[in-house]
Amino acid sequence: MPVPPEQGMKKELKRQQYLDLYYHMRLNRAVEDMMVKLFRQNKIVGGLYSSLGQEAISVGTAYALEKKDWLAPMIRNIGALLVKGVRPRDIFMQHMAKYDSPTKGKDGTSHFGDLDDLHIVSPISMLGDLIPVMTGVAMAGRYLGQKIVTMTWIGDGGSSTGVFHEGLNFAATQKAPFVLILENNLWAYSTPVRKQVPLENLADRAKAYGIDSYIVDGNDAVAVYSVAKEAVDRARAGEGPILIEAKSFRRMGHAQHDPAEYVPKEMRAYWEARDPIALYERFLSSEKLLDAKSKKEVEDKIDSLLAVEREFAENSPMPPPELAETGVYCTGDGCHKIRAKWERPIAEVTPPRSSVKAVWTVPGFGSGKASDGANAPIHFGDTHAPQHRVGNDTKSANGGKPAAKMAAKAAPKKTVKTAGASRKARR
Amino acid sequence: MPKANGAGPNGSASDGTQVTFLEAIKQAMFEEMERDPAVILMGEDVGVYGGAFKTSEGLLERFGWERVIDTPISESAIIGAACGMSYCGLRPICEMQFIDFIVCAFNQITNFVAKGHYLWNAPAPMVIRGPSGGGVHGGPFHSANPEMYFVHTPGLKVIYPSTPYDAKGLLKAAVRDNNPVLFFEHKFLYRRIKGEVPAGDYTVPIGKAVVRREGKHLTIISYAAMMHTSLEAADALAKEGIEAEVIDLRTLLPLDEETILNSVKKTNKCLVVHEDTRTGGIAGEIAAILFEKAFHDLDGPLVRVASLDTPVPYAPTLEEHFLPNAKKVFSAAKELARY
Repeated sequence: MPVPPEQGMKKELKRQQYLDLYYHMRLNRAVEDMMVKLFRQNKIVGGLYSSLGQEAISVGTAYALEKKDWLAPMIRNIGALLVKGVRPRDIFMQHMAKYDSPTKGKDGTSHFGDLDDLHIVSPISMLGDLIPVMTGVAMAGRYLGQKIVTMTWIGDGGSSTGVFHEGLNFAATQKAPFVLILENNLWAYSTPVRKQVPLENLADRAKAYGIDSYIVDGNDAVAVYSVAKEAVDRARAGEGPILIEAKSFRRMGHAQHDPAEYVPKEMRAYWEARDPIALYERFLSSEKLLDAKSKKEVEDKIDSLLAVEREFAENSPMPPPELAETGVYCTGDGCHKIRAKWERPIAEVTPPRSSVKAVWTVPGFGSGKASDGANAPIHFGDTHAPQHRVGNDTKSANGGKPAAKMAAKAAPKKTVKTAGASRKARR
Repeated sequence: MPKANGAGPNGSASDGTQVTFLEAIKQAMFEEMERDPAVILMGEDVGVYGGAFKTSEGLLERFGWERVIDTPISESAIIGAACGMSYCGLRPICEMQFIDFIVCAFNQITNFVAKGHYLWNAPAPMVIRGPSGGGVHGGPFHSANPEMYFVHTPGLKVIYPSTPYDAKGLLKAAVRDNNPVLFFEHKFLYRRIKGEVPAGDYTVPIGKAVVRREGKHLTIISYAAMMHTSLEAADALAKEGIEAEVIDLRTLLPLDEETILNSVKKTNKCLVVHEDTRTGGIAGEIAAILFEKAFHDLDGPLVRVASLDTPVPYAPTLEEHFLPNAKKVFSAAKELARY
């Protein structure tokens, strides 16, 4: 059975950061618990997907982003939405198809976004499509001088799509400031990861794109955050896209209707004993960051918040039928004013500055030159090479040893050992 | 191949210069990129090489690497990235090297790009353009007319012009539109027709058809290269005393019902000519509109002249048999005129 590397939680964050991570993981789980209740009361119109056991990934990765950064969630990333500032009521109402929901009942689940304020792109059900889209957002952000990073998630199953490859390869050729979180939860609906991908570590795929990658224990909130923060910082610094494989387990079925009886009992038991919130609480207690009183405070805060949010959601009406006819097209500036937010001088990208004589030519193949005046190679417009050479190897959470070495070392046991890890005996 | 029947939208003369269809498209991109730094071009070989048909020649030198982006051979990535850029307020133009390859990005276009505004209020101002159509012996994978896949997709706009004037004006309108617009360029027209375009900035409204030739005995509705074929047939019909009115649709989605209905209510007969294959072509939609809204005005059946329901064959003898031509249009129109 594939198991993640254990980094062992380390105390290197600020107190408030630890508590933020905790709060959002608890909120993530509480929101989903409440939706299970709503589902059983037939108040949720369509399917309900669970991220139980994967909260540390959604929360830890999204927490590494800044306000100006962009993210696009997948179906099991409600935690990421909460961290980015989405209100629980919006998530409830999306699932309940209410008129006040972000899509006014036109779509459900986490299929909603917010271009202007929260910088969230809505997913669609077809897996992998967000990868080129978030690459495009990253390229646009760079072009406009915004210094943003974009992030999206994909599952082990979704990593088999063609657009995963097209998107990640394009991001790599463009050195787009983009971080892709590959949540390896071992199951794509009923198909185990081994039947989808003949690789021990899905992070190895990064090598094919010439980009860096990390492997992290997806049930370790601190490790997830630390890795994500490092990746986001590197992407922002211009090192190009980075792939993070977070190893975890999908505790529920594909959706509520699926009892997931195809999952071996031992596998489930192993991962249930590694519940990310329970692990984190133990760590916080040992570090004296959380006690019974402060834990109760968090629970009360969440309870009272969700009571209000749920009431609002339940009181929202269903959309009027004729709404179905509206909104297919943007009708012009009165509907949406399209405006690029420039944070660099426009003169840098407008002629005559970009109207420069070619510095190289290939007979019959036109000519070109970078607009910054540097002698541009054929493959990267104005992207500057990083100061130091970046390897293409997978790294551990702490920027440690390349995975190639780790994998070689650990090959007989088919596990990956990472820097500072204290490995425990496993079945 | 006759010359385009006048440069202006209604055959009006203009004081501009004569340019080819291809040059008109290039001018539109150049001028839009000059006007607005939010406009960028992305596609396979559009930069250094200037595009497979040289439609973007010179743009890289003028606008630089950040705005003229050579991509890997990844249509889904091109469309997806353009969609992401449009969410940030840019107005990307994506070139499909041949429009046949647009289906490689079918999911990205129909599910992601087209549905965003309806579902979550996210406009995607982007243009997807590329060379389409047959008659140049390109074979089954370089001759397609895939417009109807997309006409059936709410959220998209679909343009298929026939003259340099319209190509330039409609492409500029497409770049400025807040919706995803598919812009089909019939490659048979690229260097075979010339027309006048005005010196200054102008646009042609999306969603408006135009009457290319006035007549009273029947209406011929067409677009793109077949518009020229239809005009040629109309000339021949006129010699036999049949005055055909020829409508150039220019935009297929949204379809200009008003122009179609006005003409058919006058002539009472309708022939639709398209190079797209017969089944599921725009003629079927036009027939439905006429039956719904002009049933009592019709004096004869709606007649279709379209390509065969086969892939586009390669050999010239086969392709010529596959495609509509002026003779086929002439015979069908003559038959229809007898009602």
